[in-house]
Amino acid sequence: MNIRLFGITKDIIGAESLQVPNDLSIHTVRDLKHWLYAKYPDIKSLKALAVAVDHGYAEDGDKLSPGNEIALIPPVSGG
Amino acid sequence: MAKVFIPTPLRKFTDQQSDIAIAGATVSEILEQLVERFPSLKQYLITSDGQLPPFINVFVGEEDIRNLQRMETEVSSDTLVSIIPAIAGGSEGVILSKKELARYDRHITIPEFGLEGQIKLKSSKVLVIGSGGLGSPLLLYLAAAGVGHIGIVDFDSVQDSNLHRQVLFGEEEVGMPKVDAAKKKLESLNPYITIKVYKERFSFKNALSLVEEYDVVADGTDNFPTRYLVNDVCVLKGKTNIYASIFQFEGQVSVFNFKDRDGNIGPNYRDLYESPPPLGLVPSCAEGGVLGVLPGIIGSMQALEVIKVITGVGQPLSGKLFTFDALSFSSRTFMLKKNPSNPLTGKTSIEPSLFDYEHFCGFHNHEIKEITAEEFRCLMGSGEDYQLVDVREAHEYYANNLSGILIPMGKILNCSHQIRRDVKVIIHCKAGGRSARAIRSLEEEKGYENLYNLKGGIEAVMACKLENA
Repeated sequence: MNIRLFGITKDIIGAESLQVPNDLSIHTVRDLKHWLYAKYPDIKSLKALAVAVDHGYAEDGDKLSPGNEIALIPPVSGG
Repeated sequence: MAKVFIPTPLRKFTDQQSDIAIAGATVSEILEQLVERFPSLKQYLITSDGQLPPFINVFVGEEDIRNLQRMETEVSSDTLVSIIPAIAGGSEGVILSKKELARYDRHITIPEFGLEGQIKLKSSKVLVIGSGGLGSPLLLYLAAAGVGHIGIVDFDSVQDSNLHRQVLFGEEEVGMPKVDAAKKKLESLNPYITIKVYKERFSFKNALSLVEEYDVVADGTDNFPTRYLVNDVCVLKGKTNIYASIFQFEGQVSVFNFKDRDGNIGPNYRDLYESPPPLGLVPSCAEGGVLGVLPGIIGSMQALEVIKVITGVGQPLSGKLFTFDALSFSSRTFMLKKNPSNPLTGKTSIEPSLFDYEHFCGFHNHEIKEITAEEFRCLMGSGEDYQLVDVREAHEYYANNLSGILIPMGKILNCSHQIRRDVKVIIHCKAGGRSARAIRSLEEEKGYENLYNLKGGIEAVMACKLENA
């Protein structure tokens, strides 16, 4: 699964996108969040983070499959 | 004699008369008589080729003349001839002068937009919160487009470091309150609109009353507490919130709390982000930087959505989040939905603490002591012993510093032994955000009581030096 990163998540993870190994048991958005939280504690402390799956806002219980396009969209406040 | 009914917007040309008795056998003859008596009506009633303009309908009795013989429709005496301009509700009485018709000609020419769209713009009231990077193009385009009443809220003054993106201002306005500079510029751009300014912070105290008198709100603020406040007030007051936000090379746009024709209300900011990130984690433009042209692009899109929402032309960006990445020149639109745990509109009831914006955004966990750039200059020259700590990152420090000791924000607690307790300690970063967070951590975790936040950070000191140079 490939995750497209936006805003501050690029800085936290240090890349434009992130590849999630297929052998991990990530089946839902919740699983993905927990994996990210463990790997990147600053993602957890963001508190506000939208996850989009195939161009739609996803909820924690939503299922993920290998072909999904995932995006992490953190809030931005600049004006 | 037939009786002609004149609608409110046209009565200013008929000495306020609403019913006028006119002799004539057909609609054509009656209208000719009418414009002969009131010549200034002509531009609204008869085109150069003797036809009705597309925005005017005429009824004989209860029948539209388009269903009869049009201009040649016969009118018997004592019949009521009604002139009904195509104007949406709320626009009653609003009319465009000849000069305005000329000014907005290219709008009026667009079939989907037309005179009706232009009149809706003139009748509308838009509150723009923040007149900075996004506010600049937003205000310029709203004013140019002919939005009749524009309110601007901003407490800040124009700074030199604003000018690379805030194209509303010029060098001669540095130091001037932004709202005053904006009003002057916009009034010179378009004399047919009114600009009302509020030189104050958009806060919990004034938010409800400020929003009340406007139809639409456009959020161009630069911090999370205000963004949540704008959102929540719009939800409470039933106003559409045209949202845009930027960070370095990226922008976001959406239309929140939009009520469609069927009365359904779209998602709001809290459906996207229920609660804000902790202070300092997501940098502001002052801390993280922003490419100057980016707010130009994103703020123009925001203006577009304001205009669409007002006129009802097209499909507004409700229920969608548009994102733009200038580096890869890619844009994506994500579908939003209502979040059941949205504290405003979801299943759970509202907790009052959610409205203590600055608190929940981590701003005022407790008050910290501050020192201004000017006071800091005095301290430097006073001979009093003090310590200066810079909590920025190493690359920022080596680019430019005030000769303080460098302890980056992330290491502040581990390196706190380097911070003295016996003298005044001034802590600074670029603009004051990170240093405030550092002070709170040191006070809470390490019991410091002698720390002062340098207000406005190194930027304020540099600006102060320039002023005194």
